Amino acid sequence: MGRYLLTLRRFWATALAGQLEYQLNVLIDLLAMAGNLAGSLFVISLFYGPGRSLGGWSWESALVVVGVYTVLDGACSSLLRPNLSTIATHVQQGTLDFILLKPIDSQFWLSFRTVSPAGLPEIGSGLGLILWAASKAGASPTPTGCLTAALMLASSLVILYSLWFGLATTSIWFVKTWNATEVLRAALTAGRYPISAYPLGLRNLLTVVLPVAFLTTVPAEAILGRVSVGAAAASLLMATVTLMLCRGFWRYALRFYSSASS
Amino acid sequence: MRIARVLLSSQYAYMLEYRAEIALWTLSGVVPFIMLALWSQVDASGGGTGELGLNRLQLGRYFLSAFIVRQFTIAWVVWAFEEDALQGRLSHALLQPLHPLWRYLGAHLAEQATRLPFVALLVGLFFLLQPDTVWLPSLGQAFAALLAIWMAFTINFLLQSAIAILCFWSERANALERLLYIPYLFLSGLVAPLEVFPPAVRAAALWTPFPYMIAFPAQLLSGNPPSISGGFAAMALWIALLLPLVALLWKAGVRRYSAMGA
Repeated sequence: MGRYLLTLRRFWATALAGQLEYQLNVLIDLLAMAGNLAGSLFVISLFYGPGRSLGGWSWESALVVVGVYTVLDGACSSLLRPNLSTIATHVQQGTLDFILLKPIDSQFWLSFRTVSPAGLPEIGSGLGLILWAASKAGASPTPTGCLTAALMLASSLVILYSLWFGLATTSIWFVKTWNATEVLRAALTAGRYPISAYPLGLRNLLTVVLPVAFLTTVPAEAILGRVSVGAAAASLLMATVTLMLCRGFWRYALRFYSSASS
Repeated sequence: MRIARVLLSSQYAYMLEYRAEIALWTLSGVVPFIMLALWSQVDASGGGTGELGLNRLQLGRYFLSAFIVRQFTIAWVVWAFEEDALQGRLSHALLQPLHPLWRYLGAHLAEQATRLPFVALLVGLFFLLQPDTVWLPSLGQAFAALLAIWMAFTINFLLQSAIAILCFWSERANALERLLYIPYLFLSGLVAPLEVFPPAVRAAALWTPFPYMIAFPAQLLSGNPPSISGGFAAMALWIALLLPLVALLWKAGVRRYSAMGA
């Protein structure tokens, strides 16, 4: 465990040092963050009018969902995209061999090799939005409430990671799966809005098949202090199951890996 | 003419090789359907209809049209161009007696042709699920919509080319493209019909090229355009503005260009 933490620190220190070479990118990331957030807020404001609301959520509580989505999006650009998008490249160029030979778990190496500051503004602004909107919506922070909220956020991150890693794993067979993750991203935009705003059929699909509900709606409910015990337990269960599945799937996929030149 | 034919047929053959990938790209355009689900729920919860000025049928048709328009106006010059420029392949293209941008144009048209069956499949599926939205635009309407889609594609292609050419200066043009995508996403009418925008925002949006890239052709296709001649005039104006700009940028850029490794 200690060895993994030490490796992680080295990985990220070198990655950040490399990224800071491109200072113009910081400006672009900030602009992109502001634009995206303004756009999200604008679109969601269109749904609110006299006598109209999104699936029975008040304006402030819908903003909490947007905040959670923004945080997840930031985590994607910081951690998931820079790492997991390289898996296909490693398979294509045969460099996966070198990673498998390293005396460290290959899934760990592939998942946490680099970190990019690109998502930090989004994570920050998302957290800010959550705090502001939650206090506006009248959520009162209690120790257990905060703990549940943190737990639900963590479990949504785990689910997101497992989905993405599972998809990226298929590149062992199909090599080019870059756009499969693009489909996933498009589908995940459904998470910008509370799940109860969707028609019933789609709602079930987004809960069971593609667990978007656990990604944003359940954490938002936890932050607002009104999550049901059942939903919280289901979220944890979902996180455990998807993580185990993606771990098993990676192990299974590696058995089919024959390096690029053989 | 002969060059055009050879270019198109060779690119078409090339794209056919990537059928699966293009099918996935088609799928990643599901955003309009997600938004349709949300909007139809708002509508069903009552109160909204009169105010939105769109009934459920029009809403369904609008978003389906938006999906179709989006599929046939996607441009990815920036990525292709950046890769070619960074890998030095652009040098070969520049030596040939054919403007490299024509080559990309050919690739785009061929890719659209490959996309056609998948789009038709999804449209069929949509009609199967919502049989009451089936409509057939009149011949005149269909023709106007087709023309509008092509013009929208031209605008998108020129905009992206302009950004791609900035590669000559910065080599990180796709960060700029990311910035451009934000107003495109929110103002083009992909996530909400322009009718529901607040009047001030709508007026402002109409001064940008974005609404003409999705909303206007989609309105034409769904048979509900606000002003046909005005829309076409604006599109022609944008094309007339962008075309010389791209030509100028290209000239200046090529002079700056020193091949990678040369």
